[in-house]
Amino acid sequence: MSDEANKGLLSPLRRKLLMGMAAVPAITMLPRASFAQAPATSAVNTTGLAVTDTEVTVGILHSATGTMAISETGSIEAEKLAIEQINAAGGVLGRKIKFIQEDGASDWPTFAEKAKKLLVNDKVAAIMGCWTSASRKAVLPVVEQYNGMLYYPTFYEGLEQSKNVIYTGQEATQQILAGLNWIAKEKGAKTFFFIGSDYIWPRTSNKIARKHVENVLKGKVVGEEYYPLGNTQFNSVINKIKLTKPDVIFTDVVGGSNVAFYKQLKAAGIDLSKQPLLTISVTEDEIDGIGGENIAGAYACMKYFQSLDNPNNKAFVPAFKKMWGEKTVIGDVTQAAYLGPWLWKLTVEKAGSFDVDKIAAASPGVEFKGAPEGYVRIHENHHLWSKTRVGRAKLDGQFELIYETADLVEPDPFPKGYQ
Amino acid sequence: MFGDYSLGDLGSIFVMQGFAGLILFSVYVLMALGLAIIFGQMGVINMAHGEFMILGAYVTWMTSNLFQTYMPSLFGGYFFLAMILAFVASGALGMLVEWVLIRHLYKRPLDTLLATWGLSLMLQQAYRSVFGAREVGVELPQWMLGSLHVTDSIEVPINGVFVMCLTVLITISVAYVLYMSRWGRQVRAVVQNRIMAGAVGINTEKVDRYTFGLGCGIAGVAGSAFTMIGSTGPTSGQLYIVDTFLVVVFGGAASLLGTIASAFSISQTQSTLEFFMSGSMAKVLTLLAVVGILMLRPQGLFALKVRK
Repeated sequence: MSDEANKGLLSPLRRKLLMGMAAVPAITMLPRASFAQAPATSAVNTTGLAVTDTEVTVGILHSATGTMAISETGSIEAEKLAIEQINAAGGVLGRKIKFIQEDGASDWPTFAEKAKKLLVNDKVAAIMGCWTSASRKAVLPVVEQYNGMLYYPTFYEGLEQSKNVIYTGQEATQQILAGLNWIAKEKGAKTFFFIGSDYIWPRTSNKIARKHVENVLKGKVVGEEYYPLGNTQFNSVINKIKLTKPDVIFTDVVGGSNVAFYKQLKAAGIDLSKQPLLTISVTEDEIDGIGGENIAGAYACMKYFQSLDNPNNKAFVPAFKKMWGEKTVIGDVTQAAYLGPWLWKLTVEKAGSFDVDKIAAASPGVEFKGAPEGYVRIHENHHLWSKTRVGRAKLDGQFELIYETADLVEPDPFPKGYQ
Repeated sequence: MFGDYSLGDLGSIFVMQGFAGLILFSVYVLMALGLAIIFGQMGVINMAHGEFMILGAYVTWMTSNLFQTYMPSLFGGYFFLAMILAFVASGALGMLVEWVLIRHLYKRPLDTLLATWGLSLMLQQAYRSVFGAREVGVELPQWMLGSLHVTDSIEVPINGVFVMCLTVLITISVAYVLYMSRWGRQVRAVVQNRIMAGAVGINTEKVDRYTFGLGCGIAGVAGSAFTMIGSTGPTSGQLYIVDTFLVVVFGGAASLLGTIASAFSISQTQSTLEFFMSGSMAKVLTLLAVVGILMLRPQGLFALKVRK
């Protein structure tokens, strides 16, 4: 459907609406509830995106099926909540957000295919999506080729920056360094044992962590171990931990392996209230599967915990539970996914346009004061300024906030001295 | 690597490492037994084995919730009932699957691979729709958590001991059923020569169905036991399937003893290597060794002598 056809179809309606407005001047006094102030579609959409006078379409692209559905379900839920709230508050430039949800099915080529479909066929104005780095790497060339806008929620290894992507999660240095500094100071930790799943994110994260431990904290890494994704037997490495007696166990084990690791750690008699453990991969979502009793006492280092005590979060958590059920929990990535639609809305309004080029240019400096994690701002490198926090896992599966950085931490996806 | 540690430390670590190996051995046997019966005895390549295990895990989860809500005083013992229920549920599903799907494919063993793979995808999605995409946490009774304190530095995980005992019990029962009972003799007769077995009056269809059901039921018990050491989610079954086939194929199909011997050698290699190098490298070397041995002995460690 061309834009011209669109206009032809809708203009009588718009005319009627405007006449109605003129007849009832009181309505025009309401700031947001009318479409009268919405700028003309031809002005805010010069590249043929799916924007009409009343609606704008965005895409949601996550795995609703397959092995990653465990993790990505929360992101889908958060994005839908954000879209609903934005619509309730009057939409974006006077237009309601409509979303098209596609299933990446935990398969990276499918992600690329669906991203292309969203951009080429549906002409979505933005995509909220991807979770694993592998899916993002598959989608990246597509959004760059067709000039789309992707809002990516997961904390990740860094070493990437694109005009077409806004990274709403933390990159590795933001997440890790503050946590290591804290535990070194607080626990006087000198020796560290690293254990991770064997793929890009844990390996890159541990590389950064090792440099920091050795060069900045002047400590020692007494072990660095990787296990294949999905590994369920950790007894040997647990014995190695017992032998080396590190001050801190630093973990980035992911997925089903996480559950096995913490259950076996507990079964081996390692008491996490006495043996400090710092994880960068366990959120409230994961604890659901691990069981609070198996991980209580462990420290997690990220930017958001469901238990955060601030007005934004106190409104966000009940709204989320109201929409998705009392029992759902909200982890770091879920919160980051919630930021996506909001940041996009704020950027569109700042740019006064849905055009991707204008959004990309307007993104740096966009602030979101209503973020559940507090306040965030987009950096020139399209990552977010955010605080880093350390929480301690409790029996009920929630984290208790122990420490947060005083200032926002600058995102640094290409850290010098850490590569 | 050991220079920095005292002899006492090293001694206790070796003891615990020995236990780690034994626990891994039990886990391998437990997950492979069901498949050894189905693949080994019936020649059906059951790619949905992992999903039958996870059904057992979900049954355990439901039982635990039920006990917590209605009989919190008996919570300490729920696990035993859960394992029986897991056996019944997975066994019943197995018999249904045999009747609907597998019995039409006995003459086309390679097609069972495709059919059961499809089945595994369907089951995964069914779990996802029924129980949700997120993993569920199975709460264990207090006495099953933690470790036995042997000395100051030697601690033995209770769940590991539990899995070991369970494995011994189930292995003995299966061996008894297959090699000592009348029904087991019928199973072996059908395996060796289906037509002749039918001719001497054995109801081969019935034997097939119960054998398949037994294999799946044992998978269910394994899944139930693994809630102690692993995760329970729609796709958790996939974590076990590769290792399971590895153990069964390496041991030589159709041989219970082979399965046990292969589980033992793979688990000991794996756990020893894991101690001296990174987990991923240990896995690579173990797989290389298995491939090497299978090239020399394609029939696996133990194989029935059959006239071709």
